[in-house]
Amino acid sequence: MSALSEIRSLSRAGRSDFTSEANKKEERAAYLFLLPWLAGLVLITAGPMLVSLYISLTDYNLLQAPNWVGTDNYTQMFSDERLKNSLGVTFIYVFISVPIQLAAALGLAIALNYGMRGLSFYRSVYYLPSLLGGSVAIAVLWRQLFGTSGLVNQGLEAIGVANPPAWISDPSTALGTLITLNVWTFGAPMVIFLAGLRQIPTMYYEAASVDGASQLRQFWRITLPLLSPIIFFNLVLQIIHAFQAFTQAFIVSGGTGGPSDSTMFFTLYLYQMGFGNFQMGYASAMAWLLLIIVGAFTAINFAASRYWVFYDD
Amino acid sequence: MTTETVHTAPQQTLIRSVRKTMSPRKRALRLLKHLVIIGFGILMIYPLLWMVVSSLRSEEEIFQAPGLLLKTLQTSNYVDGWTGLQHPFSHYLINSALIALGCIVGNLVSCSMAAFAFARLRFRGKKIFFAIMLLTIMLPIHVVIVPQYIMFSQLGWINTFWPLIVPKLLATDAFFVFLMIQFIRGIPRELDEAARLDGCGYFRTFWSVILPLMKPALVTTTIFTFIWTWNDFFGQLIYLTAPEMYSASVALRSFVDATGSSAWGPLFAMSVLTLLPVFLVFLVGQRYLIQGIATTGGK
Repeated sequence: MSALSEIRSLSRAGRSDFTSEANKKEERAAYLFLLPWLAGLVLITAGPMLVSLYISLTDYNLLQAPNWVGTDNYTQMFSDERLKNSLGVTFIYVFISVPIQLAAALGLAIALNYGMRGLSFYRSVYYLPSLLGGSVAIAVLWRQLFGTSGLVNQGLEAIGVANPPAWISDPSTALGTLITLNVWTFGAPMVIFLAGLRQIPTMYYEAASVDGASQLRQFWRITLPLLSPIIFFNLVLQIIHAFQAFTQAFIVSGGTGGPSDSTMFFTLYLYQMGFGNFQMGYASAMAWLLLIIVGAFTAINFAASRYWVFYDD
Repeated sequence: MTTETVHTAPQQTLIRSVRKTMSPRKRALRLLKHLVIIGFGILMIYPLLWMVVSSLRSEEEIFQAPGLLLKTLQTSNYVDGWTGLQHPFSHYLINSALIALGCIVGNLVSCSMAAFAFARLRFRGKKIFFAIMLLTIMLPIHVVIVPQYIMFSQLGWINTFWPLIVPKLLATDAFFVFLMIQFIRGIPRELDEAARLDGCGYFRTFWSVILPLMKPALVTTTIFTFIWTWNDFFGQLIYLTAPEMYSASVALRSFVDATGSSAWGPLFAMSVLTLLPVFLVFLVGQRYLIQGIATTGGK
């Protein structure tokens, strides 16, 4: 079903023999078909990764040759208060918006799945924001919605709220508006949940009903366990995705990460360091820190999945 | 493969009989659920509708009218927005379209080739390459962006579309390779074996048997590539710095910078224009989109 279960099953594949003439021909054809991908792997992915690791150990401003500084960039990160703050902002963003987003996605998928007429229409309505949400245009809209006299505050004043918050201009609420934006795009995981729910055989529910299990119990005992691989899949991918969020924070804060660095995502700080200050060494070190963090959380997710993800194979 | 609601005939009658015998309390609950779903849906879509309506309003009205009713029709926002930057806005839309076109061609050609090799051919290193391919789906772009920038700037490609298109020609959007592999696996092997018996080489088999049969996956790839490239900002922000090379995303951002918070009408008008192509593609292709993310698990 998913890329993740592919990784799980990789270790089970068999071995083939590549000595016969026909097989050699097949192998040659295979590498020919893979040529663009292999070139991409070397030139666009793996090569640049290694170069990035090297640059992260240098001072480099694009104009002069890189100057080897060893692990200075990495140790410098430990004393960089703005960097620590940007990590905090990113963690809050990821670990608040992703659970809410997935809960909304799961809740609506279940509500829509259970004998709902007009399913495909509602599915489209909820799905659309996830296609638009990453764009500059939607970030522009958010700037207005959560401006001091934007639509949200017009609404709040209309219902009699005296001093509505300044949202994007207030350090204590600005990040919340970006979290809201990410939650707003729950449609994509919702569609994945819907497809997963469709695969649960109805006979399980019928049998449970016959045994007198309540709907809540059926949800806990049937729906959640059988859906857990898909919850896991969505969780892993949305976390990876959220760690890399950039556009919304950039546009809503006008590129500054403000007010008071309250929307300074790690990626935004990385961009400012690399492409604003041209500290390519430091930016590369930050990128590797990001990769390590994302990798670590993915690994933790995989390790923890043994305790709650249910595979019936 | 299909994700539409499929109920078998006995299930249909079961659902119908359940509906008939529902108690008033259950009916009320059902109605309530419908109302919540509809209400929440309206809440989700309202900002979008409001932006479209506001793009036709005067500046003061935008900040005074939370409703959707239009009193007057202010089309001048579109004129002002269209001409508000150094080039007419069509220039940036065309740039975005060219980038998207290049990326679509690149993804269709390179990803389908790689997918065919992974799904159908045996070769040494397949397992490890396949694992690497899956891992690159999850790789943050930031780890490679600095060296890529250096490489492309040494090639003199800054302020061209090549840094955005060439990676797609080299199948770096592994998500689509995976999507196509999944699809090819669903095509019966007997078909390519028959073609082989008829004397087709691997390339003929790919071209005349597999490619025509994987059209749905190709359509899904086209649609997703279009939407993601059209919405992309990070890459375009880095590589397109000369105003005549701006994509619609970057142009919109420079419009925000140029006007601050003083020209919401024109800003909304151009925002609506940049969202429109995505919306139209969504309307036409949503079946493929939903199928695509349901079979591969989305982005």
